[in-house]
Amino acid sequence: MTIEKLHVKLINKEIKVEELVDSYYKKIKKSDSKIGAYISLCQDKAMIAAKKAQLKIDNNDNVTMLTGIPLAIKDNICTKDIITTCGSRFLETFEPPYNATVVNKLYEHDGIVLGKLNLDEFAMGGSTENSYFKSTKNPFNLERVPGGSSGGSAACVAADLATFTLGSDTGGSIRQPASFCGVVGLKPTYGTVSRYGLVAFASSLDQIGPITKTVKDAGIVLNAISGIDRYDSTSSDIGNIDFNENINKDIKGMRLAIPKQYLEGKISPQVKESIKKALNEYEKMGVTIEEIDLKLADYAIAAYYIISSAEASSNLARYDGVKYGYRNKEFSNLIELYKNTRSEGFGDEVKRRIMLGTYVLSSGYYDAYYKKALQVRTLIKNEFDEIFKKFDGIIGPTAPTTAFKIGEKNNDPLEMYLGDIYTVAVNIAGLPAISIPCGFDDNNLPIGLQIIGKAFDERKILQLAYAYEQKTKLYELSKEV
Amino acid sequence: MQITKKTINHVANLARLNLKDEEVNTLLTQMGEILTYIDKLNSLDTSNVKPMEHVKPISNVFREDVIAPSFNRDDILKNAPEKEDGAFSVPKIMD
Repeated sequence: MTIEKLHVKLINKEIKVEELVDSYYKKIKKSDSKIGAYISLCQDKAMIAAKKAQLKIDNNDNVTMLTGIPLAIKDNICTKDIITTCGSRFLETFEPPYNATVVNKLYEHDGIVLGKLNLDEFAMGGSTENSYFKSTKNPFNLERVPGGSSGGSAACVAADLATFTLGSDTGGSIRQPASFCGVVGLKPTYGTVSRYGLVAFASSLDQIGPITKTVKDAGIVLNAISGIDRYDSTSSDIGNIDFNENINKDIKGMRLAIPKQYLEGKISPQVKESIKKALNEYEKMGVTIEEIDLKLADYAIAAYYIISSAEASSNLARYDGVKYGYRNKEFSNLIELYKNTRSEGFGDEVKRRIMLGTYVLSSGYYDAYYKKALQVRTLIKNEFDEIFKKFDGIIGPTAPTTAFKIGEKNNDPLEMYLGDIYTVAVNIAGLPAISIPCGFDDNNLPIGLQIIGKAFDERKILQLAYAYEQKTKLYELSKEV
Repeated sequence: MQITKKTINHVANLARLNLKDEEVNTLLTQMGEILTYIDKLNSLDTSNVKPMEHVKPISNVFREDVIAPSFNRDDILKNAPEKEDGAFSVPKIMD
């Protein structure tokens, strides 16, 4: 059920928060052994929080849309005294001494944290197969991946094992799993949401965002978690805005661009067909659709893997076996301690990215790779700026395919990286983008539609997404497992 | 650009990773493929383009220097794999 509907039931006293939370845990115990969305549960804390939330509802004391709403959090977002693993052996027992800003904000709203969700180790991957603990399954087909890296967060919402979840998106990690699992995923503009307490992967690209059942719910969550934060100097002062304020307004007369590169090349015919249908729907609603030439579309993945891996290699240098996390017992000096610890603590994909990142930053290669990628980043940003002078948004697929089979792309990292073709440029340019369900393929797997907006224009992409959602009624696609 | 075993081992040392022979071989293929793919950036002329480290054009963000409570030492040390006398413990680094 959606946040909106549950909120009404809660304030009308049709259901009590404790009953609601209890019913979610029952459902989790019944179906999560099949899906594997959760890494850990925090039922005792949740029941205490539920009591407190109910008291607030009973006394009509600071009740918000999120008061008493059961939610879950990707396990790379720090929760005080609740183990935060990042899907890594390194942090298997790590209990953060503080909450991420987004977690504090959700607690201030009396949202109820049910538990922590599976992900690719340190958010590196597109299938959630890189978790040290387990693979999460797609609720629409248990032999398929849920996408990644926020695969646990998307599968959790799709199977209704929480009302909404938080994910993080460095190159598509909210949008691609949302697309694979038939739910809504919103990657905010860089700076809209504080990154304090989000375990860093690539700091200039990372953003936290909501995964929800409906577009309106995404706006509701963003209202709660956004805003400037003294603990994140890259967070922006966006003022006191309601991201849903324009959501019901007519989209007639708006202009959307479809990059021709997004419908060429390695895209599945069924995804392509579904996107074309969506474009038609928009035209029927009075939106002008124009094909454009996004010249740099083919370069975004290359630039992304240089920049994100370089930043990752630097960020992950902190895992040294000294301050927190795993330490290998065998060493005779400090360097050996580092090497033995890091070699055992990290999985293959993380090591690959650290290697790639260290290489592109190393002496002799820095200019050829890292600096070159940063120059291409400027070009990509400029190209988007030009497009947004003429258009309200860019529309296209979220991913070139629907959910693939578990194990299918395991041995080919480049093939896996190429699946990020439509999502990474958004992070490079710091833009907001949303993925919403737009249909199913012949295997009954969901297809995602992506709408990209200009910086800090979340309201417009929510408005555009909402109009489509209301027209097609493709929402609340919960999948009982 | 072709990558060699020697380079892989050099980079692994910089990254403080031990690699087994089979891992070096796998990385040789995989990084080779990724770097070949990445080489497509060279077809773009960027000679007069400024590199962009960050989308937000900020350099230093200053605040007033105010004294405020920090984390409690035990909270910070609770996740340390080895600790001694209220400090992180590491092997001897000089004689």
